[in-house]
Amino acid sequence: MTVVLFFIFGALTIGGALGVVLARNPVHSALFLVLTLVSVAVLFLLQDAQLVAAVQIIVYAGAIVVLFLFVIMLLGVDQTEPFAEPLRFQRPVALALGAILLAEVLLLAGHRWATGAKTARGVGITGGAFGSNIQRVARVLFTTFLWPFEITAVLLVIAVIGAVVLARRSAQTPDSESESAPRSGS
Amino acid sequence: MTRLANPFPGGDPLFNHGLDLTVIGFVIVKTLIVFGLLLVSVLLYIWFMRKVIADMQNRIGPDQAGPFGILQTLADGIKLFFKEHSTPARADRPVYLLAPFVSALAAFLAFAIVPFGGIARLGTHTTFLQLADPPVGVLWLLAMSGIGVYGVMLAGWSSGSKYPLLGSVRASAQVLSYEAAMGLSIVGVLVHTGTLSTRGIVLQQTWQNWHSFVSQWLWLPAIGAFVIFLIAATAETNHPPFDFSEAEEELAGGYHIEYGGIRFAIFYLAEFMNMITMSAIAVTLFLGGPSGPKLGFLNQGGWVNVWIVPVFWFLLKLWVVLYATVWLRASLPRLRYDLLMDLGWKVLIEAAFLWAMVTGVIVVGQDQHWNLWIVTPAAAVAALLVYGFLMMCVPGKRELEDIR
Repeated sequence: MTVVLFFIFGALTIGGALGVVLARNPVHSALFLVLTLVSVAVLFLLQDAQLVAAVQIIVYAGAIVVLFLFVIMLLGVDQTEPFAEPLRFQRPVALALGAILLAEVLLLAGHRWATGAKTARGVGITGGAFGSNIQRVARVLFTTFLWPFEITAVLLVIAVIGAVVLARRSAQTPDSESESAPRSGS
Repeated sequence: MTRLANPFPGGDPLFNHGLDLTVIGFVIVKTLIVFGLLLVSVLLYIWFMRKVIADMQNRIGPDQAGPFGILQTLADGIKLFFKEHSTPARADRPVYLLAPFVSALAAFLAFAIVPFGGIARLGTHTTFLQLADPPVGVLWLLAMSGIGVYGVMLAGWSSGSKYPLLGSVRASAQVLSYEAAMGLSIVGVLVHTGTLSTRGIVLQQTWQNWHSFVSQWLWLPAIGAFVIFLIAATAETNHPPFDFSEAEEELAGGYHIEYGGIRFAIFYLAEFMNMITMSAIAVTLFLGGPSGPKLGFLNQGGWVNVWIVPVFWFLLKLWVVLYATVWLRASLPRLRYDLLMDLGWKVLIEAAFLWAMVTGVIVVGQDQHWNLWIVTPAAAVAALLVYGFLMMCVPGKRELEDIR
């Protein structure tokens, strides 16, 4: 059962990823990206990582790709892009980085996670001493990794404030006297 | 608050003995039943809404189809089903066809986590009266409302004309903004109950006596979160007074103008399913879900009290909340769009944040045996001070004009 599901959603993940690259229309690419993200969420579920699966859908599918779509729809870039590359060294660098990433993933696949689980299947995570793996993640996050967690939060707040400041500044330039200044925050 | 032990710590007891064909059959039958019930609820809700609004406006409302016009929605549905399909020439066909189903699917899946009854026994199998009780519980609701946005966005974009696009951008911006406020208002409940699972949350609110109804049902200890949740959920479902996605004076009907026949009906269905799901979630999180006093004149351990009575309490609470939504629709005029965004970003999100913190103080205070009569007002005052300070930092309307 698990194996069958793994193959189905693995195939969907790869198919979606290919669709992202191959689709001509940016909106279709974004939709294929959603397919990939949701399939990966299912793969997370197969690993008993329910929290990661939920966060994957809420954050990536529910927020980030929606943002992509907003940009594509509002800025009207939904035409096919020319294939001429602005940066000529882009392709070899992308290949090299991809190879490094693959090596990294293969290396990491043999290690243990912070939650104490082995990599293959979440043995010992559910129903352990700390309850479900959500409680376990929470406990680790708010005890052992509290400092990095808080630092990340501060980093995100800085990013948000920075974005607001930049948006405001461009709205205040004297040449934009029309009402088209974007409402901050919305 | 006394924490009750969960009688089924391992989740739905249906899966205790592994997965075989009977269990899968059970799950499929449960899914079909819940889907059917949700469809019937939508039919009844639309009829109920039209009748109640008609009553409030001194009209009669639908009265031709069936007794009291109760089959009116069914008749409308059948009519829409047999209407001709048309696709705009500039539509992006695959996406155009996909969009209504994304909406309806997300609306239905969100309902899966709602516990609408206690447990049911059939033969040797025991199961929750709830489609799924995932450990992520409430997060599933947020995930599905995130997916639901796609239906609206894609419908607007793929129709290939301006008004639906504007409508969909508005609707999705509104849903995304209010999702933040809604998520934060749920945090208070999660801090109170210490679990994400909807069944776990309901279990913390089990009816014991009238005292438990006041102090344990989260509508009172989390009343701030309750109010914020109700407002955010109204906006999230594009329900009046926040129905900007279809403001007919401005947008001619919103993201689904270019849809007709059964495809339009599916959007309509999704909208009302969302409505019912949100009300059911409000009942689950704040009003004790299916828990309520057992009916004394019936056999206490009998099957009626075990099966039917919790479902009865759930439906009763659900229809009270749904009546409130109809009431809102009948009595409030539509807001202005910028006021809606102001309300969401400048009031509700901050209020939800501060309320979550006050809730945290209360929960810690209970753990540490502090004097709650001192701690709670102190925390509330501190929160109000922070809120006042934040509001002072935000430039007002006039100052914004000055900047421009």
